[in-house]
Amino acid sequence: MFARIVATGMLLAATVGVGFAQEAAGIERGKTVFEHYCAPCHGAGRGDDGAPMLPGTHALHLKYRGEKSGLLEQRTDLPFEVIKAFVRNGVASMPPFRKTELTDEDLEAIAVYLAEAAKNPAALSE
Amino acid sequence: MAVLPPGVSSADFAFAIEQFATAVGRDWVLTTDEDLAPYRDHYSPVPLAEDELIPSAAVAPTTVEQVQAIVQTANQFKIPLYPISTGKNFAYGGPSPNLRGSVIVDLKRMNRVLEVNAERNFALVEPGVSYFDLYRHIQERGLKVWIDCPDPGWGSPVGNTLDRGIGYTMGFYRDHVGAQCGMEVVLANGEVMRTGMGAMPNGRAWQEYKYGFGPDPAGLFAQGNYGIVTKMGLRLMPMPEHWRTGLITVPKRRDLIPLVNTVNYLNDLCMIGDPWYGSPLRALLGNTEFREAATRRGGANEAEMDRFAAAADLHSWQVELQFYGSERTTLANWEYAKELMAQNVPGARLIDGESLPVPLTREQIEQTTGPYPTNMRRNITQGVPSLGIWKNLGRTEAFPDTWAQGHIGLFAVLPRSAEAVFEAQHVFADTLSDLGLQSGISAISTPLMWYQFAFLFSAGFSTGGGNAVATPEGKAKVRDGLNALLVKAAEHGWGEYRAAPYFQDAVAERYSFNDHVLRRFNETIKDAVDPNGILAPGRGGIWPRHLRGRRA
Repeated sequence: MFARIVATGMLLAATVGVGFAQEAAGIERGKTVFEHYCAPCHGAGRGDDGAPMLPGTHALHLKYRGEKSGLLEQRTDLPFEVIKAFVRNGVASMPPFRKTELTDEDLEAIAVYLAEAAKNPAALSE
Repeated sequence: MAVLPPGVSSADFAFAIEQFATAVGRDWVLTTDEDLAPYRDHYSPVPLAEDELIPSAAVAPTTVEQVQAIVQTANQFKIPLYPISTGKNFAYGGPSPNLRGSVIVDLKRMNRVLEVNAERNFALVEPGVSYFDLYRHIQERGLKVWIDCPDPGWGSPVGNTLDRGIGYTMGFYRDHVGAQCGMEVVLANGEVMRTGMGAMPNGRAWQEYKYGFGPDPAGLFAQGNYGIVTKMGLRLMPMPEHWRTGLITVPKRRDLIPLVNTVNYLNDLCMIGDPWYGSPLRALLGNTEFREAATRRGGANEAEMDRFAAAADLHSWQVELQFYGSERTTLANWEYAKELMAQNVPGARLIDGESLPVPLTREQIEQTTGPYPTNMRRNITQGVPSLGIWKNLGRTEAFPDTWAQGHIGLFAVLPRSAEAVFEAQHVFADTLSDLGLQSGISAISTPLMWYQFAFLFSAGFSTGGGNAVATPEGKAKVRDGLNALLVKAAEHGWGEYRAAPYFQDAVAERYSFNDHVLRRFNETIKDAVDPNGILAPGRGGIWPRHLRGRRA
């Protein structure tokens, strides 16, 4: 009996460990994809040649006027479905992105990363 | 599926789709409306109607063999293909095809940087590699070579080159198709061909001597439709040790003539990078009287413009020069430029700019203060890809609730002389005014020297604001305006260097010397090498025999 409990406990710990590892890997993947495809417009850095922000961040900053952050990495309301709708259809001057550029799995990873990034602003992409 | 390829039955198309799936895997044959929506031209000036240039499907290979299989299937069913690299050719059609119902061959997944050589200064890349990708590859390895990138860095060096895109560093590298060095191409019959030294089975200088022996067909693939380019060599600029800038201003309107001639001299001796022309009189555009003088029909009055300049204590023209090399050579070249300018243009002001070791730090790239206000976009002068240019299309502080949804690029090729610039200023301003289109063209508009040996003059316009294309009528107005501009430019001997699919026939129509012998020659080749007309019908104004009736 004791052995079975120990074994079950080890299995649970291993499963939880795998879960953490998978989550961490998902966040890391999302960060990598975000930095590659999104951050050049939606990152936290300055814009080119005196622009106060990067173009996507600045556009959202002007759109929301303080109601929401212009920085996607500070948003908590961007689940996969919302991200997919904007990415696949484009909005305003942002064109749509194809599956060959960003798969649905990439978009899911971005959603996971953004949810995490909003909790930890110090780790924002530049 | 919303549309079928023209002349192809739904049964045949279904067979073809199955064969595409066999070649690349079912996940990478895209046929649903949702999956195909991003292949539309997001900035299309064409009304959303039955003639919108949308594809019937997209297929995304990862290997040359898969591209060959796609081509073979297309031949079997006579399906038009339209290859794209990264699909970011915005303002020139984006990923949308020339022929409605084409199958997009989306090469984005062919994304390998095959080689970067920092001793012999070249790269060999696949079409799905972006400027960002190539830049990261170089930076991660600490290689001392630069890329020459266009304003948006998300495009493909292969795709941009094949559309005759341009950059901002030294002249040879700015002309991207000129700086290509060796292509691998899947031909319309499915064979794989390599150009230049790549034609030797064991060629060892493929990226160093692009001609090989005999005719070099590589130029046919730029703005053409004779093959699908699957690899391309690119000459890379060695990273210089130093970057230096200087500003030259000249007082009078006619001083643009010796200014241009002197810059041409320096440029053609390969002593300067991309020169950035401008006019200090831009500061007066808010003045109604000056604005009227600068947009006067038939051209500005020279004496009147000089009076405005003198009254405001401003010079009429300026050029920002940049020098790449060592600290000493850049200084010597700048001193020589000043000497020439002082000699050729009396009254010229010669102002030292910045002098910085390369690579610039991030802080130096972001720095906006200097000895004088600059128009230079710092990232691209340093070969650093960026998307910062999108600030010109999005919301602004002045207009937070509206945005330019895109822009129509129209850049006329002009002789590299001030006289041609003076003429183009009023011809384009008057034409756009007659069409009721808002433009920023005036008697102080200046040319672009993206190409090493020609001027491009921007007669494009935004598709937002006063030229809004939110309605079919608005889009039609913009479309008709562009056609009118092309006609007017051709009357003056100026042609467009590049165009979106929808306008390529109209542009090609102007290159009509000797009863369109150039187009007839190109189409003779087309019929010979692509008898089924499967590759990008209509691209570059070249249509296969059975589709020539579709020429716009």
